[in-house]
Amino acid sequence: MSTTDAAPPTRFQVDRAAMRHLADAQVNVELDTGDMILNLGPQHPATHGTLRLVVRLDGERVISADPVIGYMHRGYEKLTEFRTYPQITTLINRIDWLSSFANEVPFMTAAEQLMGIEAPPRATYIRTVLTELSRIATFLLFLGEMGLQVGALTPAFYGFRDREYVLNLIESATGGRFHPNFNRIGGLKDDLPWGWISECRSTMKIVLDACDDFEDLVLGNEIFEARTKGIGIIPAASGPPYGVSGSNLRASGVDWDLRRDAKPYLAYPDLDFQVWTHPDGDSYSRYWVRLQETRESARMVLQCLEGIPTGPIMAKVPRIIKVPEGETWVETENPLGQMGYYVISKGATGPFRVKIRSASFSNVSILPWLLRGVYVPDVITILASLYFILGDIDR
Amino acid sequence: MPDEPTADVGDEPVPEPNPEHEATLAALRDGLGADAVLDQADVFGNLIVRITRASWAQAAVVARDQLHCDYLSFISGIDWQPAPREGDEAGGDTSSPVQPTETTYGAAGSAGRFQVFAHVQSTSDHRALTLKTDVDETNPSVASWVSVYPGADWHERECWEMFGITFDGHPALRHLYLPSAFEGHPLRKDFPLLARVVKPWPGLVDVEAMPEQPGEPGVPGESETAEAATSSEGAP
Repeated sequence: MSTTDAAPPTRFQVDRAAMRHLADAQVNVELDTGDMILNLGPQHPATHGTLRLVVRLDGERVISADPVIGYMHRGYEKLTEFRTYPQITTLINRIDWLSSFANEVPFMTAAEQLMGIEAPPRATYIRTVLTELSRIATFLLFLGEMGLQVGALTPAFYGFRDREYVLNLIESATGGRFHPNFNRIGGLKDDLPWGWISECRSTMKIVLDACDDFEDLVLGNEIFEARTKGIGIIPAASGPPYGVSGSNLRASGVDWDLRRDAKPYLAYPDLDFQVWTHPDGDSYSRYWVRLQETRESARMVLQCLEGIPTGPIMAKVPRIIKVPEGETWVETENPLGQMGYYVISKGATGPFRVKIRSASFSNVSILPWLLRGVYVPDVITILASLYFILGDIDR
Repeated sequence: MPDEPTADVGDEPVPEPNPEHEATLAALRDGLGADAVLDQADVFGNLIVRITRASWAQAAVVARDQLHCDYLSFISGIDWQPAPREGDEAGGDTSSPVQPTETTYGAAGSAGRFQVFAHVQSTSDHRALTLKTDVDETNPSVASWVSVYPGADWHERECWEMFGITFDGHPALRHLYLPSAFEGHPLRKDFPLLARVVKPWPGLVDVEAMPEQPGEPGVPGESETAEAATSSEGAP
């Protein structure tokens, strides 16, 4: 030390005394850190596909978030104009691929409405059962995966395991695990296989047990509560103008379920079910509402199986399906929210124009507003709790 | 007071007026002026109202404030012009639908080729309403709804890139799905679907390539024994 003091400072030596003054001077100065732009995705596992989120950060806080969508845009609205009605079922299976069966129903209903055909009661009931089964499968995946996003691995395994039972049921009835393509204009492709109903009953018991497991495992978990309560709040008044629908809206306390409140469709008018809402509107309540709805769906399936009528599964339908000129709008309550088709027909074998209103598109459009001011780790929780499917956004 | 316009504008296409729809129409006429409502239709219980383009912005305010339609379902466009078809590929090809060639307009009519339509709903009293308005063909534009329904942002961006309809007052009309250098408006009927231009229908081409012309075409179960010799010729 003493040697360096004596020698004159060279170019490479730092004048420590001067540096100390410099440090003192900067203590009270606001450090100017530029905003940081962070790209989430397009391949981040929390984004359920290829959603890219351009997030501008100030430290850990989000200043603005801009979702960039379209990585999976397949132009279904254009493709429908070049296909016949029976061919379109294949396309719309792939909009929300977790609940494909539920996608088919409103389109088939629209075509049936325009043609003046009504599916027989047995087909209607089987449609209802399969729609609710796809809702259960979708939600079981959510219930497991949401835990994963906050760092809990176990629920994910439970979710995937229990969903598999439901997917097996769907597969044994329709032949397809994810893309059943089972609806026909005027009914269904096949009747239920022998023994399916009793199999379904026992699976619903598994689902109800699984819901209890999730309730104990996840909802009672202190870490989960800390990460989700009060995070990502959508007030009841803010959701509807953005078109947020389904469980996301019911978690904000809006008591609106198309199964009950829209024009009657499928067998829902015959069923006795409760619409669950939660007043908080945060990530936790979205989880809570979906958990209750999974239970409710299982109960609805059991009710349907009690009252399932006998009879044909197809109405009388012409060999070549030509839909008369006209237009109609059919909306249903899909697992992810409001799904609707505005079908315009000009009397040909294919539609003239189909406007596909998918739930996730509008659910995600609230993100720029919702993510403003939250912390980075919460972005992932909010994305997971909104629960969207990219195919449902991009169509 | 809204009874007089009801008597001379509507009522003749509707056999028995739906009281809920009548109330919605009355509120619209009240808020927009009686001449703003051009036509109406009831398709399978859905109320479709066609209004003037000038009243489009105000219609959103009326729908939200007077009709309590707080929920925006979608905004999109329609191109009523039939798609041009080069040649008639209909000969024997029943796999591709052939649309009629003359222009007809759907429920509640239209003045021209392009229309913008939107669907709003009420989460409290479960009212639903589809609004349509005609836009100009050469310079299609209509007022933006973003200030009333913030969710209109993405819907209008989609409609702009797919149909080329401009939304006046939209904060940033940029591409939503397509790359920013994309040219053309894909959902317009004169925009060809390239896949179909190259190959009319892939399935049809595969059928034509099948070699069995003289025998029974295409039923493998029946022709199994008869065609065994011919089919094994090509096989190694």
